[in-house]
Amino acid sequence: MSLPVRIATLAVAFVAVAVGVAFVVVHYLLGGLPVESFGSGVRPDTGAQVNVVMQEDPQNTVTSKPDWVSYFIKSPTTGAWVHTTLFTVPAGSKINMTILGYDGCTPLRNNYFSRVTGTIGNVIDVNGKPTSVINSWSGCNVGHTFSIPALNLNVPMATPSLTASLCGTSPCTSGPHTVVTFSFMTPRHAGNFIWQCRVPCGGGFLDGFGGPMQTIGFMMGNMQVVA
Amino acid sequence: MAAATPAATPAAGADAGPSHGLRIFSIWLPLAVIADLLIWIVWGPHLPPGAMSSSASNQQFDIKVMAVLAAPVMLFVLTYFSYALITWRQREGDTEDGPPLHGNTRVQASWITITAGIVLSLFVFGTVELVSSHGAGAGEGPSPIWKPGGTPLQVQVIAQQWKFTYRYPQFGGFETTQLVLPEGQWVAFNVTSLDVIHSFWAYQLGVKADANPGSDNVAYTKPELQGRFVVRCSELCGLWHGAMFDYGRVVSPSAFRSWADATRVQLAAVTKILPPYATTYDPTVIPQLNKALVKAGIGGANGYYYPPQDPVQP
Repeated sequence: MSLPVRIATLAVAFVAVAVGVAFVVVHYLLGGLPVESFGSGVRPDTGAQVNVVMQEDPQNTVTSKPDWVSYFIKSPTTGAWVHTTLFTVPAGSKINMTILGYDGCTPLRNNYFSRVTGTIGNVIDVNGKPTSVINSWSGCNVGHTFSIPALNLNVPMATPSLTASLCGTSPCTSGPHTVVTFSFMTPRHAGNFIWQCRVPCGGGFLDGFGGPMQTIGFMMGNMQVVA
Repeated sequence: MAAATPAATPAAGADAGPSHGLRIFSIWLPLAVIADLLIWIVWGPHLPPGAMSSSASNQQFDIKVMAVLAAPVMLFVLTYFSYALITWRQREGDTEDGPPLHGNTRVQASWITITAGIVLSLFVFGTVELVSSHGAGAGEGPSPIWKPGGTPLQVQVIAQQWKFTYRYPQFGGFETTQLVLPEGQWVAFNVTSLDVIHSFWAYQLGVKADANPGSDNVAYTKPELQGRFVVRCSELCGLWHGAMFDYGRVVSPSAFRSWADATRVQLAAVTKILPPYATTYDPTVIPQLNKALVKAGIGGANGYYYPPQDPVQP
């Protein structure tokens, strides 16, 4: 092989590797989901109230995994539904959470998590009705949970009826759904608090665990508390 | 080894100099005694996992014994190595090769005897420690061979991604996210999982037992000091395995009783909707499901959500 050919081969190989590295950095390391910032302008540690609105859907048709169940967050700035499960809230604040439950029911593997914990008063409002336990084994009434383990927060998400025709395009803007509201206090210190769903809702995966259950942007996310 | 013994080589014998073996022994012995005393008295009480429970104390004792045995061996190697470097180094102007080495039956026999003795002693010691401490805080499977006497407090550890919950069958079977134990009473942990493989590791208690779905893994310990201990999952179990931890408490027997009674009442509504206490729970079947759900085909992993072709890979 002549010298020019060898040099050209080396140059091509170098460029290929450089492009590959750049793709990994841009696509995987820098190209994450957006982080929705709630309460910007609110002074931390003052007990100020911050409203957060989310929805859980039977699918996520805006991604390459359309059959994966998913959460969406309503942007506090634009009001649009955003495919993300990452958000920030101020420390020492009262979070007023509203979650719209569009997905159908799946029984909890551990029915202990039918119990509401970690909210103010250990209650939630389901369509305006105060509730402290939703027995997921007694009927078609729990679709997912919103749980922050480090705060001992666990909220079973109520569902539309068993026979309801569920919304088929996400983010859902119409169709049968429940409205679950609750409040909780954020810690007085900064930190990252993971949240997840405890219903084995990863259809297509072993015993329902996997897929959307273990993927940020679907059934798990992160709440960053900012001091 | 042969070079340390004057009789090992003709050259050493020809030197008729000092007894290198005696010199090495004289240096090594006080070092070994000092090291062992320091390990036992100064370092030992601070060795992990502490002395919060019977298993933790036993494990600390075992580690102390191992360290006391290992230190002289390590010091002998270092002493011999240093002595050899200094005494048998190449002198200036010395261009001769070293003397040829031949076997030395006495040294070889001593080496084999001593190392075999240490290994066999440790085998016996380890076995005795395992038996006498009722499993040393490790999971013994569903039919433990080594059990403490009397009736231990039963605590079921239920693992699932990514949280431990604890069930107290002797107190009505309530389930909680808090792990509270009484001081001075034997505890039997019945460890199981509802999804993937986890591992229950109560570090300061010296308890570690795998949590496998469909399996009851029993581990014993007796908390001996009041305080807080950390519980971690020690089996990589998914994306947030690292966040699967919490804290338990060892309290006085009366405080435990009060807590258990109060929690039993507080959680009565939830306890009612839990399945009857069992040592394992089939993660694919929920027999208590409402008939309407079963009729609709929603019955856990055997139901509509998980069709027969599951699991499929994405």
